[in-house]
Amino acid sequence: MAKRIDVSGLHVYYGDFLAVEDVSMTIEPRSVTAFIGSSGCGKSTFLRTLNRMHEVTPGARAEGKVLLDDMDIYGPDVDPVLVRSEIGMVFQKANPFPTMSIYDNVIAGARLNNKRMTKSEADDLVEESLRGANLWKEVKDRLDKPGAGLSGGQQQRLCIARATAVKPSVLLMDEPCSALDPISTLAIEDLIHNMKEDYTIVIVTHNMQQAARVSDRTAFFNLSAPGKPGKLIEMGETNQIFTRPEKKDTENYITGRFG
Amino acid sequence: MSTTTAQPPVPGPESGTKPDLRAGTLPRHFPLGLLVGCGVVVAGVLAAFSSFGLITWALLTAVAYSVIIVTASNRVEGGRKAKDRMVTAIVYGCFLLAMAPLVSLLYTVAGYGLDRFSPYFLTVSMNGVLPSMDAGGVYHAIVGTLAITGMATLLSVPIGVLTAVYLVEYAQGRIKKVITFFVDVMTGIPSIVAGLFVVALWMMLFGPGHTNGAAGALSLTVLMIPVVVRSSEEMLRLVSRDLREASYALGVPKWRTITKVVLPTSAAGLTTGIMLAIARVIGETAPLVLTAGSSAVSINWNLFDGQMMNLPVFIYSQFRMGGAVNYERAWAAALTLVLIVMLLFILARVIGRLFSPKTR
Amino acid sequence: MTTTDAPKAAPPPRGKRRIGDAVFAGLARGSGLLILAILAGVAAFLVIQAWPSLLANTSNFLTDQSWDANTREDPSFGVAALAFGTVLAASIALLLATPVAIGIALFIVYYAPRKLAATLGYLVDLLAAIPSVVYGLWGMMVLAPQLVPVYEGMTHYLGWIPLFAGPSSTSGRTLLTAGIVLAVMILPIITAMSRDVFHQVPQGHREAALAMGATRWEMIRLAVLPFGKSGIVGGAMLGLGRALGETMAVAMILSPALAISFNLLQSGNQTIAAHIALQYPEATGYGVSALIAAGLVLFAITLAVNMGARYVVARGNKESA
Repeated sequence: MAKRIDVSGLHVYYGDFLAVEDVSMTIEPRSVTAFIGSSGCGKSTFLRTLNRMHEVTPGARAEGKVLLDDMDIYGPDVDPVLVRSEIGMVFQKANPFPTMSIYDNVIAGARLNNKRMTKSEADDLVEESLRGANLWKEVKDRLDKPGAGLSGGQQQRLCIARATAVKPSVLLMDEPCSALDPISTLAIEDLIHNMKEDYTIVIVTHNMQQAARVSDRTAFFNLSAPGKPGKLIEMGETNQIFTRPEKKDTENYITGRFG
Repeated sequence: MSTTTAQPPVPGPESGTKPDLRAGTLPRHFPLGLLVGCGVVVAGVLAAFSSFGLITWALLTAVAYSVIIVTASNRVEGGRKAKDRMVTAIVYGCFLLAMAPLVSLLYTVAGYGLDRFSPYFLTVSMNGVLPSMDAGGVYHAIVGTLAITGMATLLSVPIGVLTAVYLVEYAQGRIKKVITFFVDVMTGIPSIVAGLFVVALWMMLFGPGHTNGAAGALSLTVLMIPVVVRSSEEMLRLVSRDLREASYALGVPKWRTITKVVLPTSAAGLTTGIMLAIARVIGETAPLVLTAGSSAVSINWNLFDGQMMNLPVFIYSQFRMGGAVNYERAWAAALTLVLIVMLLFILARVIGRLFSPKTR
Repeated sequence: MTTTDAPKAAPPPRGKRRIGDAVFAGLARGSGLLILAILAGVAAFLVIQAWPSLLANTSNFLTDQSWDANTREDPSFGVAALAFGTVLAASIALLLATPVAIGIALFIVYYAPRKLAATLGYLVDLLAAIPSVVYGLWGMMVLAPQLVPVYEGMTHYLGWIPLFAGPSSTSGRTLLTAGIVLAVMILPIITAMSRDVFHQVPQGHREAALAMGATRWEMIRLAVLPFGKSGIVGGAMLGLGRALGETMAVAMILSPALAISFNLLQSGNQTIAAHIALQYPEATGYGVSALIAAGLVLFAITLAVNMGARYVVARGNKESA
């Protein structure tokens, strides 16, 4: 189910402004890859190009190749809608649909593709997704209540359940814990750990401890100079990046000398 | 349209491991090409039946395009995409549907209006002109419109802007809610009711059957005040708190802060709002028929003495007379009025854009 | 006096009250109160002037359908037919305008090329700038004749529905024509309100929908329309309020008549506002007073509708906050 992503020579532009320059990397399946770096270095922008979400921003465009198991997601005839149902995304701020119940939130994406889902199939999918997101026990008695009534951490797990209900092979997470308290953060980190059995997970984080705790591999992004585009500085095993970084910039960042 | 792509993509031998993100996609320029094609074909067919009409043509083209693109998309791209295309076609259609009356209106007003629209028409009154004579103009109505609208503006702008200042800078709690609520109520007063109000008031003050320009101006004031309050309130709220606090920190009293900092900062926005409010009331007809009278024919600059003709009422009364020359006058006056309104409207937008504060 | 009362005894933070501040605050406050006074005046004068005719009326003002008020003796008049025509015309306008307005708002916010969107929005706003008397002229002289063959077709094919029973008017000056013109007039109001709420849909909700593989329409259905519901309803009701009170366009389009008729393609109905404008010049006896009474009814109806609209919008804002 999980798939590999190969990025080569990717540039991201906002209009004429080059935001991210020449990124090449491989993201392994069934593992967690963390993107770290200071604010504004383009790591979130780059993440959004992995499922073509950047196209939602007016003027944003990407050049280069992103292969999902040999299939270029920027190839001709490729439909961004299908790309996004194959590569799901969880956002910084939990965003359950406010007018929908918990149940409807989980099933919303799956319904788009499969209108004729029977009631029992839908029930099964909701339970499976919520169990997968470690949320089932907490909400099983109030599935018909609005999703917006949950706590912040529960809402974020609901969003994860909603993303996985579409059965993607890759899950992109854009600072999923930055708005959460430490206990909720821990719950999400546990969840990420369990989910890597089934998914390729990419997580952008500001929190270096979090990157060290959850990820197998880490990529460090930085601006080549103030006002210049962001770049991938270094990527490797998380352990190696945090203990023996090859580049001076990386070392400065992880030892807290800047950013 | 290619027929080979009509089938869903056949899974390749290696599709077990490889995701297929490709969907059948209509060629990029297919929609545009189709639209042009439909337009040409429909035009041809209509011409063949020699019944070419601009509206019929646009309508049939839109329908033909929508049907073909949805069908094609359904076969090539699948049901969800087809639905998306259908909604896109509908949404574009809605916009075009709204433009149809606007274009038709402006086109006819310009077309019929130009028959009689001339310097002569703008500079003479109807004094001594019998309704059916091929003569006369709207000068007296322009004078009346300027006088009545001008007085309404003079009355409603100070009240409206000061009320907005009160609501934004001073009022708190209950009184603020009450005034806001009643400004809302006032926004909803039908214009004819505003006219009746002045009729009722004038009947008590001066006895029945008394009409003059001031009465018209008062009825427009009732309609204009809430519009001015609303737009001014919005503009004053845009002025950032920091700016006010910076002024207070310098020891400037509150009223001078408002008059020297807040109001000048939002001046452009206030002006825009006021001009839009003028544009809104300058075309009001119903209250003026009731209050300013509909039979004045000569130039009258005195708001307090006798009936006062104005452009909207002139259009209405000429229309009611119903002769060919009356219709011509009505259309020409309509053109004059529309030009004035458009001018105000565009000027308001230009001022709003050029001089807007850079705080946003 | 207890010691906890200290703040009361403390001197005001600013030494003396500035005279300029006092005057300016008084002016601002006075303007606010003046608005309340004007509104109270509107209501009071209308009631005072309507009262004599209501006392003299020999039939039930709310249920009678005829209008025989231009006399000094035993006037007999009622607003039933007028109120019916008013509500019917405004409802037609609302039914026609709301879906189109939602479509236009979606077009401007989500479909139109971004650089053009603002300009296209102005074009729609222009519809609101056209004076109603010009709409009347256009509706009566351009639109109505165009609709005559359409109406003939409708009576032919849909005549079995009482609303469209034949024979249709040969002038096209019917309640449906008036409704269509009213629809065009309220289109910009509903569009503006809908645009506002569509702009407010949080980016997070839209991205959530897109990120799970929704097409643009599915994104709108999942994230935009549910969020914008209260704004759309509020805008529609404001439009309804405007349509109820619109005078000139209706007065010029409808051929004078006074009856309750469900038939949209024949002449017969009349609205309160148009009736006032048409009758006022000829009003004698209790006539003016009776028209003022009719105006009060119109005021009450539009007031109720507008309050309803504000309530719906305010509730929606609270929910989404």
